[in-house]
Amino acid sequence: MKELNYGQVRAMLLRAADEIIQSKDLLTEIDSQIGDGDHGIGMERGMKKAKETLLSMETGENVYDLFQAMGKTMLMSMGGASGVIFGTLFLGGARNKPASATLDTAGMAALMSDSLAQIKERGKAQVGDKTMVDALEPAVEQMNALAPQGDWVEMMAQAAQAAQAGMEATKQYQAKYGRAKSLMERAIGHQDAGATSTWILLRAMADYVQSL
Amino acid sequence: MAKKIINQPEDCVSEALEGFLKAHPAYVQVEGASGLRVKDVQDKPALIVGGGSGHEPMFGYFVGKNLADASVAGNVFTSPDPGSILQTALSVERGKGVLFVYGNYSGDNMNFDMAAELLADQGIAVKTVRVWDDVASAPKEQYTDRRGIAGNALVIKIAGAASSVLDLEGAYRVACKARDQVYSIGFGLSGATIPGEAHPIFTLPEDEMEYGLGIHGEPGVRRVKLQSADSIVEELVEQILADSGIQAGDTVCTLVNGLGATPLLELYIMNRKLAQLLEEKGIHIYNMDVGNYVTSLEMAGASVTLMKLDEELKTYYDMPCRSPYYQKG
Repeated sequence: MKELNYGQVRAMLLRAADEIIQSKDLLTEIDSQIGDGDHGIGMERGMKKAKETLLSMETGENVYDLFQAMGKTMLMSMGGASGVIFGTLFLGGARNKPASATLDTAGMAALMSDSLAQIKERGKAQVGDKTMVDALEPAVEQMNALAPQGDWVEMMAQAAQAAQAGMEATKQYQAKYGRAKSLMERAIGHQDAGATSTWILLRAMADYVQSL
Repeated sequence: MAKKIINQPEDCVSEALEGFLKAHPAYVQVEGASGLRVKDVQDKPALIVGGGSGHEPMFGYFVGKNLADASVAGNVFTSPDPGSILQTALSVERGKGVLFVYGNYSGDNMNFDMAAELLADQGIAVKTVRVWDDVASAPKEQYTDRRGIAGNALVIKIAGAASSVLDLEGAYRVACKARDQVYSIGFGLSGATIPGEAHPIFTLPEDEMEYGLGIHGEPGVRRVKLQSADSIVEELVEQILADSGIQAGDTVCTLVNGLGATPLLELYIMNRKLAQLLEEKGIHIYNMDVGNYVTSLEMAGASVTLMKLDEELKTYYDMPCRSPYYQKG
């Protein structure tokens, strides 16, 4: 499959929102070990709002409107670092894109690349800092590498797998950002909650395109 | 599930605000945002404070005469979103610019920065002071990575006074000076549970305390056996003095701050030792505050804060101020 239409993009984003909502307790548990335990609560709240927004957008002409609406809803309802970072994940790369009725693999890779750049700028985080960037950057690298082949299923499967490996790698890192940074070496051995959410989102999108 | 007097977890912040406004008619809610402001907005640089809920009376109840003009509240332990911060700032901005004072956390920094950009887009001057007083949270050479804890109260006190008599640049300079002279460290005896959650953020064995604990239940930097009040205060003061360089001949104001579930009885026992130690070391005590100003829900524990005062900071520290939970003069 080469292109997703408006309805399919909407369904993919709804699937991602649902997966996060269902993972709230897991995310809370992970965040409580080294953070303040609010990541799952915030993500669930943001995704419930995003879902409402997406459900109200049944028909449309521009696939980027869906990403933008989802991101803006998260940005303006969640608060916390997660609100800015995960809002930017959807909103950042979708802004300033020419309207399109369909989304191909190149469009998705470009969107996620731009979002990643904005997240790194906003959060001042690099790979190895024990943040969601550890999962997102390798996933985006996979998307950029595989986008030219035009196969949504393969691209998203590899991206999700790279995100998972990146998430696992956060266990080895000390935190440089967020509340876990005060723990210094005590954070080692625990995986980052934001990286976990990133993996869940990408896995959900991969599962959706696989199901088509 | 921890026992809590709530209705729905997601309604905690808005329902508490509603109750506060009924009890304190000098304040009004910011339209379209989870914020509150003084009813009679002054013609001065607008001091906006804010952060996650769960630290009451910080931040919302530090609004008032010669304190903040408005505050914006996020959900429990979560910074507010940029839209709410923007609305709150606009509700009290009167052409003299906006001064943000808040605790130094990634979430607060990002959300307040986005709001600052939105204000700048409207041609409004914005200055930001991040409070980073927790000496336990990062090494001294990385002080800009430190968390903001009880020191917020003293920096807001000074910033509020300065913003009442100075322009934005002046108030910003004085607020930075206060921030650069404030040092805190805390400890926890038991954890807290976010409303609606099944488990506390952390648990501690009966005979242990967590040293260097944050105000969101973030685990501290190390766990030790519970000590006597005097031993705890000795260790806290020693670390603050070593870190800050505060020494004999200097003048300080102090704050013994409870985290929510520690009785005043215990806080005053700590304050007794704090005074003894400072006197022994020849450090002049200008004033001592004791109370629950920056809490962490129902966490048990406390912190000690010292702020080194020069003549200029004394002037602003002495200015009368009034809010429901913090007054001077």
